[in-house]
Amino acid sequence: MDSATSETRTPLGASADNGLKIVVVGGFGAGKTTLVRSVSEIRPLNTEELMTRAGEAVDDVRGVRGKHTTTVAFDFGRISLDAHNVLYLFGAPGQERFWFLWDQLFSGTLGAVVLVDTRRIDDSWYAIDRLERNGTPFIVACNDFGGPAFAPEQVRDALDLDPHVPLITCDARSRESSKLVLITLVEHLRALYADPARAPRQELV
Amino acid sequence: MSRPGRDDSPDRLYTLTQGRSRSGPDNPFDLVTLVVAECDPVPGMQSEHVAILRMTERPTAVVEIAAELKLPVNITRILLSDLLAAGRVSARHPRKAAVYDPDILEQVLVGLRNL
Ligand SMILES: Nc1nc2c(ncn2[C@@H]2O[C@H](COP(=O)(O)OP(=O)(O)O)[C@@H](O)[C@H]2O)c(=O)[nH]1
Ligand SMILES: [Mg+2]
Repeated sequence: MDSATSETRTPLGASADNGLKIVVVGGFGAGKTTLVRSVSEIRPLNTEELMTRAGEAVDDVRGVRGKHTTTVAFDFGRISLDAHNVLYLFGAPGQERFWFLWDQLFSGTLGAVVLVDTRRIDDSWYAIDRLERNGTPFIVACNDFGGPAFAPEQVRDALDLDPHVPLITCDARSRESSKLVLITLVEHLRALYADPARAPRQELV
Repeated sequence: MSRPGRDDSPDRLYTLTQGRSRSGPDNPFDLVTLVVAECDPVPGMQSEHVAILRMTERPTAVVEIAAELKLPVNITRILLSDLLAAGRVSARHPRKAAVYDPDILEQVLVGLRNL
């Protein structure tokens, strides 16, 4: 293979057979791509989905003809966990108009990280609302941009966060810190599923 | 690098997929379904199909194929379902129950801690 992109591809092992998903949501500039890059074994790739102006994902190309379509872009990275499991991390803008698409694309996700820039906390309100309504388990990670430090309780209050949802601070530029964000999410999932009374009712489509 | 699919007019996409519409609810391809080639490209094959077969000599996720082809995910899924129907690729779908499976979650944790 001789194309420029193919040279940089890192193939998976032949036995890889189970793709897993974690979604990182947050406002523009919250550090989603940075976090994905910090832990990914591949350079984050960008791709997109077509949507009609009405906000529907396009599933019939015939319907696209003559219709006003727009595209919504997202980026992703990859972590080979072992010989079988491959974790894909998706960075998704959290704005309202994109959620129709995320519901489809990210069904069956393990869980989500809401990445918060504490200088713009209200950017995360809609994403949190939506995750709660979908029953998608999530944690909140405050990306430290060096602004005034908020006490965790202040952030929790501002987000009106359920007391059992973990809230941590992170530096998305650091691999160790980003790793810890993912570990915190998966530990949270494990605790949730171990307690039937609190187990999420996420729909598996 | 330009953003993928930027200049894809609906007409070009229509041509690419020959007007097919199988990316709807019955299209089995998840974003992270791993696709594996079951044959080599043959002469006369549509260039996107050739590219997919080359790329999937090793397992490759749908979303990576889309990024590499610089095509929207939904168009990529249509191309893939053609190849699947023709037996030219196989698909390793995510185990949906994995989301709740304590053993898988443990494997994910081990994998992350070993990073
Ligand atoms: N100081 C600081 N800057 C960061 C951090 N994370 C990301 N950035 C910077 O913030 C900008 C936006 O980050 P990006 O990952 O592109 O945000 P996205 O829009 O959510 O994908 C970039 O210039 C990053 O280098 C962080 O933890 N601390
Ligand atoms: Mg980004």
